[in-house]
Amino acid sequence: MKKNRKTFIKQNMGGVFKSCLAGLALTMAGGLTSAHAVGELEKDELKFGFIKLTDMAPLAVAYEKGFFEDEGLYVTIEPQANWKVLLDRVIDGELDGAHMLAGQPLGATIGFGTKADIITAFSMDLNGNAITVSNDIWSEMKPNIPKDAAGKPVHPISATALKPVVDRYKSEGKPFNMGMVFPVSTHNYELRYWLAAGGIHPGYYSKTDITGQIDADALLSVTPPPQMPSTLEAGTIYGYCVGEPWNQQAVFKGIGVPVVTDYEIWKNNPEKVFGVSAAWAEKNPNTHKAVIKALIRAAQWLDANNDANRPEAVKILSQSEYVGADYDVIANSMTGTFEYEKGDKRDLPDFNVFYRYFATYPYYSDAIWYLTQMRRWGQITEEKSDQWFHDIAKKVYRPDIYLAAAKELLEEGKISKEDMPWDTDGYRAPQTHFIDNISFDGHTPNAYLDKFSIGLKGKDAVK
Amino acid sequence: MSVNTALKDKNMENTETTNSASSSAQSQEAAANSPDKKTANEGVKISVKINNFLELIGFTWFIPIVKLLAGENPAEQLKDILKVIGVPVLAMLIFVGFWDWGAAKIQTSLGAIPGPAAVWQETKSLAADHYKEKEKEVAFYKRQEVRNAKKLEKNPDAVIKIRNYTGKATYPQQIMTSLWTVFAGFLLASVIAIPLGVICGLSPAFNAAINPIIQIFKPVSPLAWLPIVTLIVSALYVVEGDATFSKSFLVSAVTVTLCSLWPTLINTAVGVSTIDKDLMNVSKVLQLGWWKTVTKIVLPSSLPLIFTGLRLSLGVGWMVLIAAEMLAQNPGLGKFVWDEFQNGSSQSLGKIMVAVFTIGIIGFMLDRIMLTLQKYFSYGDAM
Repeated sequence: MKKNRKTFIKQNMGGVFKSCLAGLALTMAGGLTSAHAVGELEKDELKFGFIKLTDMAPLAVAYEKGFFEDEGLYVTIEPQANWKVLLDRVIDGELDGAHMLAGQPLGATIGFGTKADIITAFSMDLNGNAITVSNDIWSEMKPNIPKDAAGKPVHPISATALKPVVDRYKSEGKPFNMGMVFPVSTHNYELRYWLAAGGIHPGYYSKTDITGQIDADALLSVTPPPQMPSTLEAGTIYGYCVGEPWNQQAVFKGIGVPVVTDYEIWKNNPEKVFGVSAAWAEKNPNTHKAVIKALIRAAQWLDANNDANRPEAVKILSQSEYVGADYDVIANSMTGTFEYEKGDKRDLPDFNVFYRYFATYPYYSDAIWYLTQMRRWGQITEEKSDQWFHDIAKKVYRPDIYLAAAKELLEEGKISKEDMPWDTDGYRAPQTHFIDNISFDGHTPNAYLDKFSIGLKGKDAVK
Repeated sequence: MSVNTALKDKNMENTETTNSASSSAQSQEAAANSPDKKTANEGVKISVKINNFLELIGFTWFIPIVKLLAGENPAEQLKDILKVIGVPVLAMLIFVGFWDWGAAKIQTSLGAIPGPAAVWQETKSLAADHYKEKEKEVAFYKRQEVRNAKKLEKNPDAVIKIRNYTGKATYPQQIMTSLWTVFAGFLLASVIAIPLGVICGLSPAFNAAINPIIQIFKPVSPLAWLPIVTLIVSALYVVEGDATFSKSFLVSAVTVTLCSLWPTLINTAVGVSTIDKDLMNVSKVLQLGWWKTVTKIVLPSSLPLIFTGLRLSLGVGWMVLIAAEMLAQNPGLGKFVWDEFQNGSSQSLGKIMVAVFTIGIIGFMLDRIMLTLQKYFSYGDAM
């Protein structure tokens, strides 16, 4: 037994070493000449995990439209119970890869939560989340919101409209509970960003207290996305931040009102990524590239001809093995509109972006934004240098793999040259469209943190 | 020879004390239906045979029908039919009526609670899904063939492998997964519990030693075991490449084992410890070895109680399984319920109701099978 294991390890190590070399050779060859032979797939039967959210669409589409099979991949797609289960199963190898929160590979790499080396070479989408409050809270907020000529609330709605409500709860000694989906989720950071921009303190994390509720005005806790509406209905939380279709579900069920979308909090913010373990990627470089190729094609299909394929995509997603919610609920946000208060349906063409604006490229600056928010709220407990931010981003986000896949697609004539940011340094131009008008430049994370009035910066530490 | 007869007598005695309430009620009922000896003819003989079988498998409702067909006292049989079939059917109809009436009154955020018609509709849609998926599967293999042919054309030496279908598991497949999981867990539980129970029954000292452990672990809910089992399975079950069993399967099966171990263990121990002293003395007189004592005397005479334990265990196991599958994400009925709850579509509640009935009916059938085995071993040569 023992001997077997040893030889096993030896063989594996050998394999890893070889594939490292191969990878090195490949990148070198790629630099010299663009025409290198397509390598054999190391593994062609794969299992990917996802959480029931509309932004898993690239996976479902790549499967249903046969993009995986075109690459010679036989993929099974399996819904997971929650984000923690999903991450654990990627780490222990039960899943080859998964639809992940952008913060998960980063959080795992820096050791917040389960420590593991997870990487991503594909960003799955932009935007797609919203913040919903219960009907009672909405009726209390409504008087504080400016109205337009038609008497409809003016969007975007700032959290300043919510502040009096939270203050009242505080003075009465009642906790104001809100839900988000995971400590390192986009939703946690977006909800915090929105609350803090309106003067409501969302609370800090510390080394010893990882509830994230230190000094908080609003108490945030974790609820899995599909359970958000029922938890809101049960009165356990007064509001939540989650991806679709769980905000539109609240509108349909008449239990809550979405007040703000993440598109309004930060225009075209990066959302989910496709994550795999670093060890898996090292062992299966050709397979990984093939997967990324299929996913790029799926994303392209989703946004093709001005979203012409979206109704078909919605139909796929509404099948019980994928998202499984009713067609109308999913269609509400996937087809270029968004319904706030019941009947108040507005155009929001960029609410779900899968391909335009280089949505699938894994930008270092995206990673750095998440890292700054981890630092802002105390998940990263001490001061880090700008260099540290850049190093972690480059360890986790892997545009090299992405570009290798994109290059093959370009050669095969499946994508066009202007679809990809071939020459970028991996940092988006400074982004200015935040709800509080603070601009973000990925090159200077610490300077960015200094701009916030609520949040940790410099040498701050939570006592 | 004398040992054997003694054993049989012993078996009969045990039957009286060990059969659960329901089965003894049924045997009484069956006794009341016993044919009048004086009217014995060929038809009755056959009907007695059939009825013995029906009674054994627990389908006592059909006994009067068989008798009626055999031409036994029609008036009495019709009365019996009314009693054993008419009443339950009427009760069922009243239940369905109440359900239909009550369901429409309760509005959830997913719409009204589905009534019988809606649930029937969902049952049909699940069946339709199954056939649709089968068609997709056929197409999948066809595409694969084409692809493999192309690969061979390009490179005649290429290794061709047929991949299994990657689509979703349909409802019947999920039922099979659940059955297989509960069977595996139950089998493992029995393999552990019966020998342990025998030792407990034979050795009071061992029994005293192990009893506190049994008493502490017996009432533990599967939900408490599950995280521990998950971590242990993840730690111990490390395989490279394609694993024979998926971890979710192992976690669910082991959780079933942990929860369904106890009834068999306790009943076996009681069965063994209450063997007639005379029998044990016989073994001493004959100077039987330990192994022979166990196999020739202890096991045969405690079989009825062992089977009572097994039947209880399987019932517990089936109940526990659904919870375990929900959390371990084993692709069986538990996961089906969980996924549908998460989907929150307008058909979800109906589909969950279908699962509720499926779980109930399968649980009932498993119980009947165990009851049949239990009776078979209790009566000895009743057939």
